[in-house]
Amino acid sequence: MTLKIGVPSKGRLMEKTFDWFGARGVQMRRTGNEREYSGAVDGIEGIQMVLLSAGEIPRELSAGRIHLGVTGSDLVRDKLADWSMQVAEVAPLRFGHADLILAVPSCWVDVDTLDDLDAAASAFRRTHGFRLRIATKYHRLVRDYLTANGVADYQLVDSQGATEGTIRNLTAEAIADITSTGETLRANHLKVLEDAVIHRSQATLYAARNSDWDAGLPVLRTLLGQLGLAMPDLIHRH
Amino acid sequence: MTKAAVRLEAEAIFAAFQAAGGVPVEADILLPAEALLDLYGEDIRARAYTTQDPLRGEMMLRPDFTVPVVQAHMADGADPARYAYMGEVFRKQDSLTPRASEYFQVGFEVFDRASPEQADAEVFALISDLLAPLSLNPTTGDIGILMAAVRALDTTPTRIAALLRHVWRPRRFRHLLDRYAGRVAPHPARLRLLKALDEGKLPKTGPHIGMRSASEIAARIHALAEDADTPPIPARQAELLDDLLSLTAPSPVALERLRDMAVDMPAISAAVERFADRLSAMAARGIDVSTLPFEMGHGRSTLEYYDGFVFEFHSSDLSLPSIAAGGRYDALTQVLGQGRSIPAVGGMIRPHLVAQLKGAA
Repeated sequence: MTLKIGVPSKGRLMEKTFDWFGARGVQMRRTGNEREYSGAVDGIEGIQMVLLSAGEIPRELSAGRIHLGVTGSDLVRDKLADWSMQVAEVAPLRFGHADLILAVPSCWVDVDTLDDLDAAASAFRRTHGFRLRIATKYHRLVRDYLTANGVADYQLVDSQGATEGTIRNLTAEAIADITSTGETLRANHLKVLEDAVIHRSQATLYAARNSDWDAGLPVLRTLLGQLGLAMPDLIHRH
Repeated sequence: MTKAAVRLEAEAIFAAFQAAGGVPVEADILLPAEALLDLYGEDIRARAYTTQDPLRGEMMLRPDFTVPVVQAHMADGADPARYAYMGEVFRKQDSLTPRASEYFQVGFEVFDRASPEQADAEVFALISDLLAPLSLNPTTGDIGILMAAVRALDTTPTRIAALLRHVWRPRRFRHLLDRYAGRVAPHPARLRLLKALDEGKLPKTGPHIGMRSASEIAARIHALAEDADTPPIPARQAELLDDLLSLTAPSPVALERLRDMAVDMPAISAAVERFADRLSAMAARGIDVSTLPFEMGHGRSTLEYYDGFVFEFHSSDLSLPSIAAGGRYDALTQVLGQGRSIPAVGGMIRPHLVAQLKGAA
């Protein structure tokens, strides 16, 4: 096999990826029993499918161990430093939509915007003697966003799950998390800042700039031709 | 460029700083993260290497010398004092550019109450003379003039404090200024809240959760209502501040422009005359100030904690970071001095870049 494509190994993201490629004449399917992480691509010669956790696909792209990968744009931008130097965006896939947002307790009637959060953080630090805590797992995206917008007197605290619960548990004052519907936020008495969408994420097909493209390039041309997509500029350089 | 060659370059600069009266000072490489985080905020995490000590908690590899040198001075320094330091600093590089993440810095710091303008000129001239063979391009600025202009605005102490807090964050500063000057409308959410307050019925919300208390929320609502009744900053003053922020000219021209502006904004006069005194002190030390570039906004986004004179030296190769940089940081000594403070100014040279430029010449 000359071209490896990393695909999310389970759930809706995997199914939707299969559907997206299938609708364009490239059939993806799992092989073996349903617990075995192996798959195949029919319709184009020379493509090997690698089933991976969506969270690991950015790292595999960065290392060049896969040529192509489908994962959320939030994960690529958060996990890869200088992401656009490491991967090229081949196509947004128009599913897996989710926004990375900032949320605060809905009882904070005085806080609806980034301006308010910044002012509240300043007063919070004066009152409590430490910087206002924002729980998140998206450290790079959130920090870059708050830096670009000149928000001060906050700190990020790591939360790898159940982030909406951190405020009630007094381990954070605000959160930055992915939301698609907002129901979990409302159930936890939180509201979204109105002017602070950090990133609008969707499933995206990426190409790794670091991969060995010598043998993979002809296969990629065939694949992109079948999918009706343009060749990303990085690969022309090889 | 080998590390040994860079060290030789660093030692030559270090010797020159000592010859100029700098007492050699050492600083730890492993620093407690807390002081750096308190000072720089979360941004420092993107730039400094963080590690965990089993007993002392979170530590950072020294990202610069200013903080440890100021801490050492405030703890038991002579008054006045001049220091020279040399050593490696560590900076994470978050982009795939060929910038070093581990490099030498050699610096000179002056803690002196006597004449700040003389001390500014002393540090600038010392570094300028050492770098003269490289024909670098200097840039200077003065954040003190900007801060004086903000303090003189005809508005509430709360608004002035908010603007001063964001002097080093140009984008938020601009946003606040536009809002306080009535040049942008308040966010609809703000108008909703104020209308609800007027009608005496706050929006219904869920239960109170989290550490920010109901009284803190009430205090801010009160502050918002008060701010809504505050008249906008007069248009003329906001325009003067705009003019000030965009001022870029050779130093003597900039001085004349600033003196003109001081007619309308007398509160900046003292700061402008300090700038004039500094130029005289620099000229007396042989600096050609007639062409020395002055940019009011210089150092606002990259040289945080400086609150007066700021300067940088760049090579004509713009892909290189500054070869040398420095400035005045009086307020930092107060933050790190636990109640005490002393006027301070300093600058540092990056010897790996000096060696690289010498090698290319």
